[in-house]
Amino acid sequence: MDLGKCLTLAPEGLYCPSGDFFIDPTRPVARALVTHGHSDHARSGHGFVMATPETLAIMAVRYGAAFCATRQAIAPGEQVLLGDATVSFHPAGHVLGSAQIRLAFPGLTIVVSGDYKREADPTCASFEVVPCDVFVTEATFGLPVFRHSRTDLEVAKLLASRALFPERAHLVGAYALGKAQRVMALLREAGYDRPIYIHGAMERLTTLYQEHGIPLGEIRKVTAAERPKLGGEIVICPPSALQDLWARKFPDPVVAFASGWMRVRARARQKGIELPLVISDHADWEALCTTIVETGCSKLLVTHGEADALVHWARNLGIEAEPLHILGYGDEEEAPLADEAA
Amino acid sequence: MNQFAWLLDRLSYEPSRNNKLRLMVDFFRSTPDPERGYALAALTGALSFQHAKPNLIRALIATRVDPYLFGLSYDYVGDLSETVALLWPTPPHVDEPGSNESPLTLTEVVTTLHTAGKLDLPKLIAAWLDALDENGRWALLKLITGSLRVGVSARLAKTAVGDLGGKAANEIEEVWHGLRAPYIDLFAWVEGREDKPDATDPAPFHPAMLAHAIEDKDFAVLNPADFTAEWKWDGIRVQATRGLEPDGSMAIRLYSRTGEDVSPAFPDLVETLATFPQQRFSLDGELLVVRQGLVQPFGVLQQRLNRRTVSMKLVTEYPAHIRAYDLLSLDGEDQRPLPFHERRQKLEAFVVEAADARLDLSPLVPFADWDFLARARKDPRSAGAGADAEAIEGLMLKRSESIYVPGRPKGLWYKWKRDPFTVDAVLMYAQRGHGKRSSFYSDYTFGVWRTDAEGTGLVPVGKAYFGFTDEELAQLDKYVRNNTTNRFGPVREVTHGMDGGLVLEIAFEGLNRSTRHKSGVAMRFPRVSRIRWDKPAREADRIETLEALLRVS
Repeated sequence: MDLGKCLTLAPEGLYCPSGDFFIDPTRPVARALVTHGHSDHARSGHGFVMATPETLAIMAVRYGAAFCATRQAIAPGEQVLLGDATVSFHPAGHVLGSAQIRLAFPGLTIVVSGDYKREADPTCASFEVVPCDVFVTEATFGLPVFRHSRTDLEVAKLLASRALFPERAHLVGAYALGKAQRVMALLREAGYDRPIYIHGAMERLTTLYQEHGIPLGEIRKVTAAERPKLGGEIVICPPSALQDLWARKFPDPVVAFASGWMRVRARARQKGIELPLVISDHADWEALCTTIVETGCSKLLVTHGEADALVHWARNLGIEAEPLHILGYGDEEEAPLADEAA
Repeated sequence: MNQFAWLLDRLSYEPSRNNKLRLMVDFFRSTPDPERGYALAALTGALSFQHAKPNLIRALIATRVDPYLFGLSYDYVGDLSETVALLWPTPPHVDEPGSNESPLTLTEVVTTLHTAGKLDLPKLIAAWLDALDENGRWALLKLITGSLRVGVSARLAKTAVGDLGGKAANEIEEVWHGLRAPYIDLFAWVEGREDKPDATDPAPFHPAMLAHAIEDKDFAVLNPADFTAEWKWDGIRVQATRGLEPDGSMAIRLYSRTGEDVSPAFPDLVETLATFPQQRFSLDGELLVVRQGLVQPFGVLQQRLNRRTVSMKLVTEYPAHIRAYDLLSLDGEDQRPLPFHERRQKLEAFVVEAADARLDLSPLVPFADWDFLARARKDPRSAGAGADAEAIEGLMLKRSESIYVPGRPKGLWYKWKRDPFTVDAVLMYAQRGHGKRSSFYSDYTFGVWRTDAEGTGLVPVGKAYFGFTDEELAQLDKYVRNNTTNRFGPVREVTHGMDGGLVLEIAFEGLNRSTRHKSGVAMRFPRVSRIRWDKPAREADRIETLEALLRVS
């Protein structure tokens, strides 16, 4: 089938004319398929939303139960026919409930990756390679300078700093959906058994993770009054809170930030981060390249991120490749001063 | 090397001065000689390696990484050493921190680099990069390209050394000029194991006296009769010093305002100073390029700046010159305690006796009242500056009775700079910045309206990358991201036209004709003075406004 009837780029985002639906549209539409719950991909106000049960639950927590008119939960691997498209969702390993969306047409298979990573993550199902003709990938970390370190070593850095400065509170900036819970789970894997303190803004999503059976140990919400008493504790908060008045009430806080951007020194320094932790929920350069090859695709479309390098690399391999430069995804990730979802 | 890399890494993230100091003191205390001495040399900028240049690093990485991918990465990271450290393919055995038992020491790196031939360097550095982990690679590359930028001044590093033995930074400064890496004698003295090193510098630097910018309210309280006025020259401040080494040979140094020895870049001046009849002296003045008796604009002088060495061609084409305005010492006698008018008299006699074409006096501007000076400032040509007016950026006012006080004392010297020119231009392109600004769209190309055969359009007239606050930078960055119409590699084209666009008020010091720019003009020192969120792009200035300035500036 002709790609133009299967997938096009509209102002709202990726659109499937044959099935009359959008994937991760950036403004309200009649029918939306949503890969995962981050706010740049999952917006409220659509007529109909199809997503994994976890993603629907996350959207309900974030936007209220009425975030769309009608909705349909789809299990991993389940097939649904929309127009000529046989649609199925497959784990993307990004955050709880995150999925790649496969669109199978007669003679053409397209996979839209959403955001993904290949590393093991105790808080969500692992990425699954889905063979396809056209692979629509992200490229948040699409430059060869991004080689994420092993996360256990990064967590070890945090614990070493805590041992070195036992009197100081360690504030770890982490995005409220996914990254925060992953840091908690990684700390537990490293044997850290003290209560982990969290900023109030993370409470509902963290509870949602626990309700989905992800063990995070004892999690305590920080109250205003106890902040000065939390020397020696690890506190997880949204990145924006690190520069807030809120952060200054802790005893001589060590400011850490868990993000793939921490790979680049200037990013850490611009944010005033003393302890950068390279923990990313996105594929690094190696993982992007490996995944593209493993899908066996003959055409690559890059939705957002550092598309130019990946496109160049793919073309050198003989894969037809185009950047889409979709506006609205990851823009807040790229802007160094804003909250980062990476 | 690992300890040094660890120190640099920690320093680079540490915001507090006291904690930086603590890190360095701990390092100097726990690291043996000569390793710590070479680290001190690196931190104080005392190391330079003739052949290890950024281009060599670029060539090395080009053999390992696709040049296009390197280019994109460098643009993103904004720092050559860091980009290469991140991109360098890691041999499998050094993947984990801690498992790296590399025997490479800083001492080995420094001594090898000083002795190795140019042709051996690529292989040598590649082998080191293979042996080090990512952090070690970063530190090595920072070290050999000569830009550590970890937020430590030479002064702070010396303070840390002093702290080892309860000595003040000034005590270290006193002996510093006579010492060389790895500073074994310095550490031995600070730690109380040996006597103070003898380090009388035959041609020492005298910390410069600086001026305050004058404010309108100052004129009401200052008496014109107490002051002398001179032109403020648009060159670089230098101190030309000559003395005698203990063995009787000549010591000649040319210091920058901050005390950096820049003599290697100005062999023509060093040669000139050697021919003076006076044996020992220290002059304070402006370094300018003078051709056929005419002072050249700063743009010409720039050809000779920021170079460690210099070619004969440059020396001939851009002859350096000193316009003296103060005498700091003569025949071993400190002149600084004398009042300005006495120093000035001696200086005038000095220049006459030296009788050299490369040395002249910064002339005084006679005046009776502030109004006269205000007119002179607006139009130096009419006030006796003649053809040199183009190299004048305002006036200096010096209290005649003032002694020479290092630093920026209040009430003695004032600078009265010419007002900058301003123009309202439209933002056309933006590029990501480097260093601290890495990843921000902080370099702005702007244009003004021009009508030609093809109609009316914007023609780029310059590029500015400072003048705004951090907060304004964040706003501009956001504006660029939200109004991108096109991308060319690292450059984003931003909405600009009659119906939309952002107006920036650009301040600049002067305008030169340029054949390199499409507009035919080049601005000096352009910066964003205001963001005109309120002004429609169609009301920005036209090229004719600038062309009119070209005639007067």
